[in-house]
Amino acid sequence: MTALRNILIRLSTTAVTLFGVAVIVFVVIRVVPGNPIAMMLPPGATDDDIARLEALYGFDKSIFQQFLIWGAGVLQGDFGTSISLRQPVADLVLGRLPATLELSIVALVMAMLLGGALALMGTLYRDTTTEAAVDVTAGMALSIPDFLWGLVLILLFGVLWPIFSISGRVSPSLDFDFATNFYLFEALLRLRFDVVGHLLSHSFMPALALAIPLAAIIAQLLKQSLKETMHLDYVTLARTKGYSEQHVITREALPNAVLPTLTLIGVQFTFLIGGTVIIERLFSYEGLGNMAIDAVINRDLPLIQGIVILFALLFTVINLLVDMLYVVLNPRLRHA
Amino acid sequence: MRDARAEVKRPIGLRLWLSGGWIALLALAAIFAPLIAPHDPLAQDLFLGRMPPFWMDGAEPGYWLGTDSLGRDVLSRIIHGAQIAMIVALVAGTITCVIGASLGLMAGYYRGWADRVISRLVDIWMAFPPVLFAILLIAVLGPGLMSIIIAIIVIDWTRFARVIRAEALTQGAMDYVASAQVAGRTRFSTMLAEILPNVLPTVVALLTLEMGIAVIVEAILSFVNLSISTDSPTWGGMIAEGRTSVHQAWWVLVFPLVALFLTVLSFSQLGEGLKDRFDPVLR
Repeated sequence: MTALRNILIRLSTTAVTLFGVAVIVFVVIRVVPGNPIAMMLPPGATDDDIARLEALYGFDKSIFQQFLIWGAGVLQGDFGTSISLRQPVADLVLGRLPATLELSIVALVMAMLLGGALALMGTLYRDTTTEAAVDVTAGMALSIPDFLWGLVLILLFGVLWPIFSISGRVSPSLDFDFATNFYLFEALLRLRFDVVGHLLSHSFMPALALAIPLAAIIAQLLKQSLKETMHLDYVTLARTKGYSEQHVITREALPNAVLPTLTLIGVQFTFLIGGTVIIERLFSYEGLGNMAIDAVINRDLPLIQGIVILFALLFTVINLLVDMLYVVLNPRLRHA
Repeated sequence: MRDARAEVKRPIGLRLWLSGGWIALLALAAIFAPLIAPHDPLAQDLFLGRMPPFWMDGAEPGYWLGTDSLGRDVLSRIIHGAQIAMIVALVAGTITCVIGASLGLMAGYYRGWADRVISRLVDIWMAFPPVLFAILLIAVLGPGLMSIIIAIIVIDWTRFARVIRAEALTQGAMDYVASAQVAGRTRFSTMLAEILPNVLPTVVALLTLEMGIAVIVEAILSFVNLSISTDSPTWGGMIAEGRTSVHQAWWVLVFPLVALFLTVLSFSQLGEGLKDRFDPVLR
């Protein structure tokens, strides 16, 4: 019963958060100087033309009325029509979402592998210079944000040793018809590993830039938890049984030490997705964030609203899932 | 005990000196930019376009770090760019810190409706991708130094509010706070005299971190061409230009990037170092 009540409370606060985001973005972008409609029309347009188009997009009504109309549409899945691209916002945004999700997931996997490897290395060689090196590396990696790592990677793998592509999601030369916008998953499912390789060579650098700070956080926290677990009696018991140090760390200590890290990854994953906005721009990757920046530059109010709401929805859903996952993974909380 | 502590102190000291040294150097460069910079950062000379740095063949004497595609001196532009970076770091960082930390302190110590309102606002803010929020605000406020500072404050106050709220909650539950109130202090003066000193190390560490973040935000906004007008050189603007010509003139990207990298690293290391210094428990 209490679990159900908690979930209901969480859902209602989520709704309040989304409503707040909608109100803020709606009001903020309507304070923007410069009439978006006037920018759409050729220079010779008359005031009548402007007024007619304003009426078409509903900009002649008060902000409050506009919000009601927009809100009613959103609840029915209608996010309006993009001014600059003249297509339904919902189609545009959902068309780009897979690109951003794939990039974020590749980055998340990279961060977990990198961070996990660093933590295990630091634990295996604890109290040596290797552990100190792991600490320094993680500290450095954490201090520098993804934007700067992206630039460093462009210099390393785009200029100095040009082995990866520095722009776009696919090269125009790729001869492959995608049925969905989930290019990477589709190529994997169709077992076209040449295409998978092509896609990964494009997403490698943006994903790594996003992954490095998260990998550092994972390395630090997982190493700390492992250190605490390694002193527990059951680990000592496993060691006296004659298991190798690798076995003791990966099979005995790791499963117990990993829970706090998993929770943290959930929260950090939303930060990582937030980072895709500028990273996509940096690597000319055709995702949601890149589209968002163009939308702001073009004063495309319906598109901006749609993208911001989608991001907010994504963040709140991920947080909700992480909380549920935590309850599932942590048996002590299941009956609380 | 004494020996062990001396051993811990040494690397902290070195870190503080190195990072503090770089920031001090940068501050001096910013203040005396017109005197130090070898050239006018805006002076264009199309005959001197894309000259490499001094150690390479074809370098032009006097242009130590080379020139960009318009023949402007990279070193002079970095020195002048330090002005914007320092102003943004100090002003935006400090105001963000004061506003965010005060709200966090109030939420964590007074709890009740203050906490409910502030925490709900933080939740809403956390649902925005910060970079997108910043770009949106600059589009609204119009480009310029003032807009950037306002945007950073509006976006990043939650960083302080979240952490300080949590700290104030823990501190507020401690016995020394209860005894201060029994001794007749008002709640407001307890907050300032008892809670604040105990959360101060965290505030200081967050503040220097925020200064580094502010520099990055400015660079990102310059990068998407939404920062300050093109006639004041900024590191982000230089990076944006360098990114487009990276295959022809890597130095236009590398040098401002190094400056930005060292600055952000120094601010965060300074924060870590100062936190250890100020921490009453470690001290």
